[in-house]
Amino acid sequence: MSEKANARRRKFQFLDALELPTEWIIRLCGWSSIIGIAAIFLFIFREAAPMVPKLDWIHFFTSPRWIPNPGTGNDASFGALALLVGTFTTTFIALIISVPIGLGAAVYVSEFAKGKTKETLKIIIELLAAIPSIVWGFIGLMILGPIVKWIFTAQPDTWWSHTMLTLHLASADTGAAQGTNLLTGGIILALMSVPLVVSLSEDALRAVPDSYREAALALGANPWETVRRVLFPAARNGLLAACMLGMGRAIGETMAVLMATGHNNRIPAALTDPVRTMTATIAAEMGEAVVDSDHYRMLFVLGIVLFVMTCGINVAADIIVKGVKGKTK
Amino acid sequence: MPKTHIEFRNVSAFYGSKQVLKNVSFEIPRNTVFGIIGPANSGKTTLLKTINRTLDFIGGARFDGEVLIEGESVAAMKNPNELRRRIGMVFPLPVGLPMTIYENVVYAPRRRGITNKAELDEIVERCLRQAVLWDEVKDRLEMLGTRLSGGQQQRLTLARALSLSPEILCLDEFSIAIDPVTTMRIEDVLKELRKTMTIVLVTNLVQQARRLADNVLFLWRGEIVELSPTPVVFSEKPKDQRTYDYVNGIFG
Amino acid sequence: MNAATNANPFAASEFEQRKNRRAIVMKWVLFGFCAILVIPLVGILLDIFIKAAPVLSFDYLWENPVNKGKQGGLWAPLMGTFYLVIGSLLFVAPIGVFAAVYMNEYARDGWINRIIGITVTSLAGVPSIVHGLFGVGAFVLFMLPAINRVVADPNDRSTKWEAGLLTASLTIAVMNLPVVIASTREALGAVPQAFREACWNLGATRWQTIRTVVLPNSLSGILTGIILVVSRAAGETAPILFTGATFFRFVEDQGWGKIFPYRPAEPFMAMSMHLNIISNQISQMPEKMKFGCAAVLIGLILFINSFAIMLRVWLRGRKRW
Repeated sequence: MSEKANARRRKFQFLDALELPTEWIIRLCGWSSIIGIAAIFLFIFREAAPMVPKLDWIHFFTSPRWIPNPGTGNDASFGALALLVGTFTTTFIALIISVPIGLGAAVYVSEFAKGKTKETLKIIIELLAAIPSIVWGFIGLMILGPIVKWIFTAQPDTWWSHTMLTLHLASADTGAAQGTNLLTGGIILALMSVPLVVSLSEDALRAVPDSYREAALALGANPWETVRRVLFPAARNGLLAACMLGMGRAIGETMAVLMATGHNNRIPAALTDPVRTMTATIAAEMGEAVVDSDHYRMLFVLGIVLFVMTCGINVAADIIVKGVKGKTK
Repeated sequence: MPKTHIEFRNVSAFYGSKQVLKNVSFEIPRNTVFGIIGPANSGKTTLLKTINRTLDFIGGARFDGEVLIEGESVAAMKNPNELRRRIGMVFPLPVGLPMTIYENVVYAPRRRGITNKAELDEIVERCLRQAVLWDEVKDRLEMLGTRLSGGQQQRLTLARALSLSPEILCLDEFSIAIDPVTTMRIEDVLKELRKTMTIVLVTNLVQQARRLADNVLFLWRGEIVELSPTPVVFSEKPKDQRTYDYVNGIFG
Repeated sequence: MNAATNANPFAASEFEQRKNRRAIVMKWVLFGFCAILVIPLVGILLDIFIKAAPVLSFDYLWENPVNKGKQGGLWAPLMGTFYLVIGSLLFVAPIGVFAAVYMNEYARDGWINRIIGITVTSLAGVPSIVHGLFGVGAFVLFMLPAINRVVADPNDRSTKWEAGLLTASLTIAVMNLPVVIASTREALGAVPQAFREACWNLGATRWQTIRTVVLPNSLSGILTGIILVVSRAAGETAPILFTGATFFRFVEDQGWGKIFPYRPAEPFMAMSMHLNIISNQISQMPEKMKFGCAAVLIGLILFINSFAIMLRVWLRGRKRW
């Protein structure tokens, strides 16, 4: 064989040999998300760990007294009930708003809208999804808050204020100065979750084969009937997962609720009372907590609770859509 | 040079637990066209995949027995990529790679380290001429390979397969997706190429085997029904009655 | 009511007419849902930009913040956000793309894919503040001290590595790993298997095939994912609250300092952090400064995302098969 062919052969034998280390790098990167999730749990647990044996879990879940810095002579109390209630009530309000609107919008965009309208709507929803949470918090604080305050302020002696007080829409001492409260926070969370619910629901509806729609049409169903009787049942799992992931997003949201829900650590008595969520608590208090103090570690414990909750929701949604073995239908 | 180029010894192939080839043994002589016929799902494609070890890319697939090329076992070869460079393969569905026609043909030589432009130009012209595509595309070598017609893409695949001057050329039902004129032209090419390489032709067009092959293997459900020279297979009295029935369309 | 039943056999019955009316009503109701979403949003955005208008100008972007942000501009936070984005991309893009390559090209039908898939989904669902806590625990309190033991001189405080662009970029990178993985996987999956098989049969190795055919033809999807990361890195606040972002620090106003205001291991200013602090914690902050900062941040994000959408449309038109 010629000199040149020999040199060439040596060169590509070397190149062939590079294949194996490249494959190992790729394999390692493949494991990156597994490593990432494990690392998150490990490092958070590492900071929280010294507190865990000291922690009274019953007190944690049932007491609303979250007093990390009680002043001299008193014991700190780490009861997270108010925080849990805060998280769940804001999420609940977010869901009752975002699920109907999100599903409705998804159905409209997927089944009723055509051509330009459809494209425009999809782009708008995508841009909605892109707005960062700090901006949503800003909107809640500076724009929506005053509106809510104006609507719901319980000025004494008007029929409106009496109605609201009876319905628990407002309490006597309403809202922190800006109208940042449970309702405002819930609405903002809803606006943040809707794009996610819409796009996931759209995916779920799109996954239903066209043959279902054609069959319904052939049987004489109009578009709404098709949706109600054929598509919803067929896409049930995907739609449920979309709502669950929307819920996960609402539970985990931090900056928007921090700015939009007021800074009061009580269990709300009315819709327009301020609340504090777990996420906002961590964000607000982390800066002041002394590293390695009990307070500091408790914030990490809150982090673990959040982590477990949201991971659980995500894995459950994933299993609902794909089954336990992961076979996509 | 030894007369036998490729040899199968007691080869059984499996996809998971499903057995696709059952203990087949045969020899393919050098510089002949070796036809393999049989109905669908007989294992014909699997047979080709064991020769160039592309079976490796299918999860759960394996084979027992030995496949020998010039006496050397295919399974024992340390570098299967080198093996695949020595074997050209044409598939049933025409595939143009998403790059220029020029790049399509020089894809394999480039991976092998050839970078000299003059050499690459020579390879492109030689292979496209051999595949009877040169006249049609010589002025538009910069065109995307995927924009060619089906028949042209199949000839492009043939040109790619020839680009490293392989000693073995395998074709797997190459004509099912292309027009009869192109088929005829490729068949003429194969008759020429037989002088310099060994051709393994898998086809479900029985008449095609009759036109081109020197020897014919009738494979059915993973087993060899008959292996005989072409005249015998297509005569009144092939070795096996089933061969006669299949060749004459009594069952398909 | 049932008169003229001989007239038109295809005419809708009373029952059907009711149903059809209901269908039309539903259609408009659902459209109304979309409108509820879109109209208030447009109104809010207009409100923000109107209130920000007095402040918006070239100088506003070019000057540094003055007097705790009550005056001046946004240059330093803009630069900080810019470098944060670049830093995050440096870490997340190669790892994410390779991870997707592994999942789609090497581990295709394996059981490991399911596990990786679940961890990617889980990672995507972790709240941003928890990512922040992770960043503190892993990078600020574990990685930095380890580095400082080797690198820092106890007598010279300027050699000490602090929480800054490095730690914040790493935190944001981990947070956005699922985004890159998901969009790359989708792009890789769109490449027909026939191409890969053609290359394998020509003697190309798996990696050669990926490098020369699969990846170049997946670029549009990969780019989309990367731009999504840019948008998120620019907007996120919680992960960087405690991993390096700061509210006020002195930043040079000219020369090299203007372009490279921060070193990787010192605290930096960022747009999202800036908006957070001036909205919440500085008393007597002029309204227009708050709205100005919000407007610039929103404008930046919308610009990046619109660019992504246009890029996607453009690249789709250039498909090569």
